[in-house]
Amino acid sequence: MKSVLPILTVLGVIVAVWYGAAVWLNAPWERDQAARAGTELSVAQLLPLTMAQDRPVLPAPHQVVAGLWEGVTGQAVTSRRSLVYHGWVTLSGTLLGFVIGTGLGVLLAVGILHNKAMDLSVMPWAIASQMIPIIAIAPMLAVVMNALGASAMVTKAIISAYLSFFPVVVGMVKGLRSPDAMQLDLLKTYSAPASRVFWSLRLPSSMPYLFASLKVGIAAALVGAIVGELNQPAGLGARLLSGSYYGQTVQIWSALFAAAAMAAVLVGVVGRIEAMTLRRMGMAR
Amino acid sequence: MIWLWGALAFWVAAVALNAALARRAARYPVLRLVVPAVFGVTLLVVWEGVVRGLGVSPVILPPPSAVGARLVGSLPVLWGDFVQTFLKGALSGYVIGCGAAVAVAIAIDRSVFLQRGLLPVGNFVAALPIVGIAPIMVMWFGFDWHSKAAVVVVMVFFPVLVNTVAGLKATEAMQRDLMATYSASYGQTLRKLRLPAAMPFIFNGLKIAATLALIGAIVAEFFGSPTRGMGFRITAEIGKLGLDMIWATIAVAALAGSAFYGAIALIERAVTFWHPSQRN
Repeated sequence: MKSVLPILTVLGVIVAVWYGAAVWLNAPWERDQAARAGTELSVAQLLPLTMAQDRPVLPAPHQVVAGLWEGVTGQAVTSRRSLVYHGWVTLSGTLLGFVIGTGLGVLLAVGILHNKAMDLSVMPWAIASQMIPIIAIAPMLAVVMNALGASAMVTKAIISAYLSFFPVVVGMVKGLRSPDAMQLDLLKTYSAPASRVFWSLRLPSSMPYLFASLKVGIAAALVGAIVGELNQPAGLGARLLSGSYYGQTVQIWSALFAAAAMAAVLVGVVGRIEAMTLRRMGMAR
Repeated sequence: MIWLWGALAFWVAAVALNAALARRAARYPVLRLVVPAVFGVTLLVVWEGVVRGLGVSPVILPPPSAVGARLVGSLPVLWGDFVQTFLKGALSGYVIGCGAAVAVAIAIDRSVFLQRGLLPVGNFVAALPIVGIAPIMVMWFGFDWHSKAAVVVVMVFFPVLVNTVAGLKATEAMQRDLMATYSASYGQTLRKLRLPAAMPFIFNGLKIAATLALIGAIVAEFFGSPTRGMGFRITAEIGKLGLDMIWATIAVAALAGSAFYGAIALIERAVTFWHPSQRN
């Protein structure tokens, strides 16, 4: 509770700086207009004008809030102007990609754990593959998937899956190896087979690591979906790009904040599931 | 058919070889480099064999040999893209962003109020899809590399900030007390004790940021760029279905990204040689 005041202060400062920056960045255009009309603007006239432009360089916070409100409630949720519609398109791609990426990541981690050759050969390449700016090949992937007849959603789900699988692999390998020698020795004295060691010891003890990775992974999946949408007709990424083409700054900022809210909610949901699971397993602290 | 069977046979042989090598890796450390290399060569051979064997159109997936030929054939163009995207956009943004993050982290460290207020906000912002700010930055800073550098600055800032703040807390009370008994000033404690102790954390952030920097610069180019740069090359070649050129660009990006990451890791090894993770 004692951090509420500092957080509110910081947020207040951010909003204040934002308003200041909006005035500062938008003022040249207004002065330009006034000079063309042959008039001179006083400061009192200038301030309200800079906060109500149609295409501001930096929209004021209340313009973004109005844009968000208009995007969410201004029309039916199925309308192509609705942020809910575009958000849903992005969300479905994100979730599909996240499920695929997590599944593959866990499978790969199990393979790495049980196969020495796989450990030595796959892990360096999994790391190297993350050096490839994989989201950079999103447009190419779209063309290829189109030629293969896959839908737009599958295309961005693949990019999402690719971005979310790596944190899961790393976290899961670490988690599956986290039981210490004493615990492993105990199971050995029980002459437990490898499968039993996996299900009763390694898998449960990997859960905290897995959930930490899932939180990173779902945020990465959302980034992947947004980038995957840059050449698609619908979704928050498409909103960003069309806003950029037509100079609709308020549209860009609304889409950005919608994406931010979605990221926060997704990470929060994973956190809740984590807390519930760990409590059921008796691991909550 | 011969290509397909050849690829399959090569794959089986390489897997068997790797399994045999991996068993001996404990005794011969050099095999730890050989095994991944064999795996990488296998991937390329299987890719080539499958593309030729199934007669996949080069518009969908060009064979690695065609990509290699294109890579060698268009070195000047690729070099120009590399200079534009990596040296100008990504690298300058990386230096500015990381420098600012370390400076802000020290400021946060000095003030409990800022620590309580700024860090939750910073953690929140770090989880956002930062690539989304690319259109805004392009609008503010123009089409050239300055807007790409700005995107990179924003992307690398928070990972480095969060890691540096965590690192500055990494000293033990006993060590700080010792500095206090020497009546060391804040600046001296920072320079002699806390910054060195924070280095493993800072480099952790720097390594994460290294992978983000190139991605940020390339994605920002999708939102508008001059007629060069890796992101521009990819979007332009998509229109011409020049998939071999796109793969060549990807290869350059992968090499540049890996080399950059490797360079940071080498510096880390030199700076934090005392840390347990560097000593095994």
